[in-house]
Amino acid sequence: MNPVLLLFASVITSNIALTYFLGMCPFVTISKQIHVAAGMGMAVTMVMTLTASANWLIQNIILVPLGLEYLQFLVFIVTIATIVQILEIVIDRYFPILYLSFGIFLPLITVNCAILGISLFMVLRSYGFIETVLYSFGSGVGWLLAIITMGGLRRNLVFSKPLRNFGDPGITAIIAGIMALGFIGFTGVAGL
Amino acid sequence: MILKALIFSNSFALIIALLLIFMDRVINNYGPCTLTINDDKEIQARGGSTLLRNLFESKYFIPSACGGKGTCGYCKLIVTEGGGGVLPTEELMLSSAEKREGYRLTCQLKVKNDMKLYIPEEYLNIREYTGRITVFDPLTVDIRRVGITLFGDDEIAYKPGQYVQVKIPAGPEIDYRAYSMASCPDEHDRIEINVKLIPDGLGSTYIHSLSVGEPLEFSGPYGDFFLRHDSHRDIICVAGGVGLAPIKSILLYWDRHNMNRMLWLYYGAKSTADLYDHEQFVDLAARESGLKYFPALSEPADDWTGKTGFIHTVMEKELPGDIHGEAYLCGPPIMIDAVTAVLIAKGVPEERIWYDKF
Repeated sequence: MNPVLLLFASVITSNIALTYFLGMCPFVTISKQIHVAAGMGMAVTMVMTLTASANWLIQNIILVPLGLEYLQFLVFIVTIATIVQILEIVIDRYFPILYLSFGIFLPLITVNCAILGISLFMVLRSYGFIETVLYSFGSGVGWLLAIITMGGLRRNLVFSKPLRNFGDPGITAIIAGIMALGFIGFTGVAGL
Repeated sequence: MILKALIFSNSFALIIALLLIFMDRVINNYGPCTLTINDDKEIQARGGSTLLRNLFESKYFIPSACGGKGTCGYCKLIVTEGGGGVLPTEELMLSSAEKREGYRLTCQLKVKNDMKLYIPEEYLNIREYTGRITVFDPLTVDIRRVGITLFGDDEIAYKPGQYVQVKIPAGPEIDYRAYSMASCPDEHDRIEINVKLIPDGLGSTYIHSLSVGEPLEFSGPYGDFFLRHDSHRDIICVAGGVGLAPIKSILLYWDRHNMNRMLWLYYGAKSTADLYDHEQFVDLAARESGLKYFPALSEPADDWTGKTGFIHTVMEKELPGDIHGEAYLCGPPIMIDAVTAVLIAKGVPEERIWYDKF
């Protein structure tokens, strides 16, 4: 697949949050304020790119030659947890400003299904290394865009007073649904 | 095939573990740092660990009820130098006035460089005690009365209603859990705590696994929930479940000192089986005309002749409207909120309501 197209598709047309509905827990809970949402989005982008790349290397250099593909799930999850842990330590030490803006979200990301999803998709679709990097980075950026958009929309809820019975998560799910409808319009522009 | 998978997963886990240990030792190691306390004392701290843990290790005992999770907000101190920006995990627990004054949540703040901080005078009186368990009686299905007698001639001075932090050895790390003292402060050589077993709870499962004669370490006394001594107002005590512990301490103190103040005791529990020390209060109420005792059960059995329902509804009916008292509440948050509303409606001003939520 054309790398530019792959990047574009993963950011917009096959947005991980709005077409696959992965990573919904933080998408609903951490999208109340734009700057917090942006912090979470940046953390997701970073972790997604790093973990998918690392998992690609482990999958193709170790698991496939040894015939241990069935351990994929286990190994991927452990890799993700480790990378998140290391990232937290490193960012806290060397980039205190970044740590202030999204360090708190890193532990949350360990159990984010979008992160594992990307690693599994890249295997299913048999991407090469460069493709995996582009795809995971693009998906992270896509998730970031989606959560920032959601943050912006939710800020406006203050003015529109939705039905009380919807509650906060309820109206958020409805907004996410309408946003997803918008994204369906892109289907076929760049297929994934 | 299985052998191969086993070898692989073991070596994979080993590599990961080594990598993490390496990162923790090398990157997360900020070296020794110096903490300057109240401008006059300097202590050595382990960089990379939280400020609270460092202070505990140097025998400075700061109140903390949640075990360093950042949810109780008791461990705030003023840090004037070396604290860096306020972390998102501290935001919820600090008001904007506190942030301006330089307050930080010490359980969240990591020591990364030299720091200057201030510890209030009353915290400096807090110290460590060691004792032996001398009473270990079941009070209900899941609550135990744990009496601890201090070693040697050691003595503890505290106010009725305060709490201690019991040292819980949890693997390689040491943790602390807060328990209110249920004993009368006049007995300086021993304390009593009431421990409710929480499934999988670190502190309660440990304490419940002990037996008479075993040693227990704790630090204290902590907390600004205690009987105000300088007032002559009537005392309204409200306890929910195991929240009876500090209230009992207040009651015993009140009884021992023949205070010329009425004491209204409201005690809520689920069923007769959850109501403990009930007979003792009934006897005391019969002997002392100043004590008005109202036990209430929310899920009573058929043979219960006393009050039923939640404790705040009982108070609505049984507490006189013109009472000029002060209130001490201990129980679950939902009870505290409901009772506070009733008290305010009955004319007890908010600044005379003290509570201990757990």
